[in-house]
Amino acid sequence: MKTLNIIRSAFRALRRNKMRSFLTMLGIIIGVGAVIAMLAIGQGAEYSVKQQISALGTNVLIVFPGSQQQGGLRVGAGSMTTLTEEDAAAIQKECPAVAYVSPGTRSGGQVVAGNLNWGTSIEGTGADYLEIRKWTVEYGEYFSEQDVKGAAKVCVLGRTVADNLFPESSPIGQTVRLRNMPAKVIGVLSKKGQNAMGQDQDDIILAPYTTVLRRLSHFPYLRQILVSATSPNTIPEAERQITELLRMRHKIESFDQDDFTIRNQSDIAATATATTEILTILLASIAGVSLLVGGIGIMNIMLVSVTERTREIGIRMSVGARGRDILTQFLIEALVLSLLGGIVGIGLGVGGSYAISGLANWPTIVTAFSIILSFTFSIAIGLFFGFYPARKAALLNPIDALRYE
Amino acid sequence: MIEQQHAVQSGQNGTLIRIAHLVKNYQLGEVEVHALRGVSLDVQRGEFVAIMGASGSGKSTFMNILGCLDTPTKGSYILEDIDVSKLTRDELAHIRNGKIGFVFQGFNLLSRTSALENVELPLLYCAMSNAERHARAVGALEKVGLADRSHHFPNQLSGGQQQRVAIARALVNNPSIVLADEPTGNLDSRTSVEVMEIFQELNRIGITIILVTHEPDIAQFTKRHIVFRDGRIRADKPNPAQRIAADVLREMPEIDEDTDE
Ligand SMILES: Nc1ncnc2c1ncn2[C@@H]1O[C@H](COP(=O)(O)OP(=O)(O)O)[C@@H](O)[C@H]1O
Ligand SMILES: [Mg+2]
Repeated sequence: MKTLNIIRSAFRALRRNKMRSFLTMLGIIIGVGAVIAMLAIGQGAEYSVKQQISALGTNVLIVFPGSQQQGGLRVGAGSMTTLTEEDAAAIQKECPAVAYVSPGTRSGGQVVAGNLNWGTSIEGTGADYLEIRKWTVEYGEYFSEQDVKGAAKVCVLGRTVADNLFPESSPIGQTVRLRNMPAKVIGVLSKKGQNAMGQDQDDIILAPYTTVLRRLSHFPYLRQILVSATSPNTIPEAERQITELLRMRHKIESFDQDDFTIRNQSDIAATATATTEILTILLASIAGVSLLVGGIGIMNIMLVSVTERTREIGIRMSVGARGRDILTQFLIEALVLSLLGGIVGIGLGVGGSYAISGLANWPTIVTAFSIILSFTFSIAIGLFFGFYPARKAALLNPIDALRYE
Repeated sequence: MIEQQHAVQSGQNGTLIRIAHLVKNYQLGEVEVHALRGVSLDVQRGEFVAIMGASGSGKSTFMNILGCLDTPTKGSYILEDIDVSKLTRDELAHIRNGKIGFVFQGFNLLSRTSALENVELPLLYCAMSNAERHARAVGALEKVGLADRSHHFPNQLSGGQQQRVAIARALVNNPSIVLADEPTGNLDSRTSVEVMEIFQELNRIGITIILVTHEPDIAQFTKRHIVFRDGRIRADKPNPAQRIAADVLREMPEIDEDTDE
């Protein structure tokens, strides 16, 4: 029997039970759609995490307090007290491969301006912070080395904070209260938007780290030291120099572990990407399960169909259909179901991904790979789950099939 | 064209079917049913045979083996010099497709499939262009007088018309033999005679026909009577007084039959 004829009669058989065929296909449609949408969400997250990290600057190093990483987690709360302002100053002075250094600390809290208040994160930074992050000030100016030295009561607002505390007027020159400390607003940062995790990067206040340490958190140690190497090529050199310097300053014996951790951008990228990759795999696997369930639906309906059409099979065999003709016929019916479902599902998945981007403002990326993958998968499902019922039909005895009531 | 081919076949006279000591047992749980207990029989080309006998005497079992729908437990069945009892499933399918036309009591048409497509069905399983398949199916429908009903579905045809579609389907492959198991069993008497008229016409142009019936009236239209009893042939004799269906029809009262519903 010619393939074209078989395909035509498969379509006709499926049209005869339109509702049933549609519901069967729905399993595949939803499965394929979900796989594509989930891959799109996962890959979108991966992409923007990478973007975000490269936006950090290609030659940035971060020195954290605490010993060597263990499984991605810094261990021991007590180890948070190892990095000092002097360490930062020493890095700046004694490491030739280092360009800029910005000691960092942080304090959360309410910020009040007039009768408005806003809860945000107050970052204590150095005078070179913007240089390292490649950020810019939109209005006003950033604080100077002088401000840092004097722990000046000044601050620079992120756009979100500025918009919420000063909806009408310009914030420059105004006073805000950081917790209970009045501070003069001297600048507003340029808008940066959301990061990969959907966090608003403009919901931030920058103040001299000295101000935060001495007037807000009253905690003498640094949370991190942000460092930029003189060029991307000197990152390993800078890392080595900093390690040597800090081990010496912290008087660490040769076989003891560092009491600090230096991470470069590719470390951070690797961790973040690994996380989002796991997310992608997880999402796609869950969607894959629904595709599998769709396949079982096909098998179920094909088995019903073979039973219902036993007489038809008998009639076809009585006029000369061989087992393999019957096998092909039912296999192609299963394949048509899964393929049509797959195609509609791809449409649904792609459309759904765009809808998610548009409505939830999540980045999504539909790749050719995910389309090909789910298309291939739906063919495989049709073949796999169609085979058993088709073979069952093909192995029938002509006379038994004809006698079937 | 089909007629010519059959004329050629009938020209080469000779043995079409040779059956020796055919045995068929069915296993029904613990019990073994002896449906055929050693049947031997020859059929020549161009014969028109009626197989008669009480219900349960093994007629259908015998026909199903003749039609390669079932296989014998023992014995040999030679169809056109091929020992059918030794063939594989696929080879049997090939024989059914090319050499045998089977007509069932219950018509066995595909529902929701037009008459024409039902007739085309055997041709789907042999290599043939769509155009030729169509032409041959139309030709077969013409032969049974249903050319104008080719796009009707079985449920839009009367029983007699459905059986004629089934006969057209049995003919479409130019089979060596047409087998019919109680083809008039579901039909009223006038329609039965009409169907017999078609069989007689087919036999006249040279097609070999074996049909099962338990009605002596129907058997009268054939040329040879074989009677089965308990899985054995009890009688096998020519019918010297073959009636002509066309004549009988002329004498029968006209009833408004062949309705479309
Ligand atoms: N599939 C089967 N399984 C068991 N016994 C069967 C089967 N088919 C037929 N028989 C038995 O074989 C015998 C002959 O049946 P069958 O050939 O149908 O008779 P007929 O057609 O002459 O009425 C009967 O006794 C019947 O019950
Ligand atoms: Mg019977």
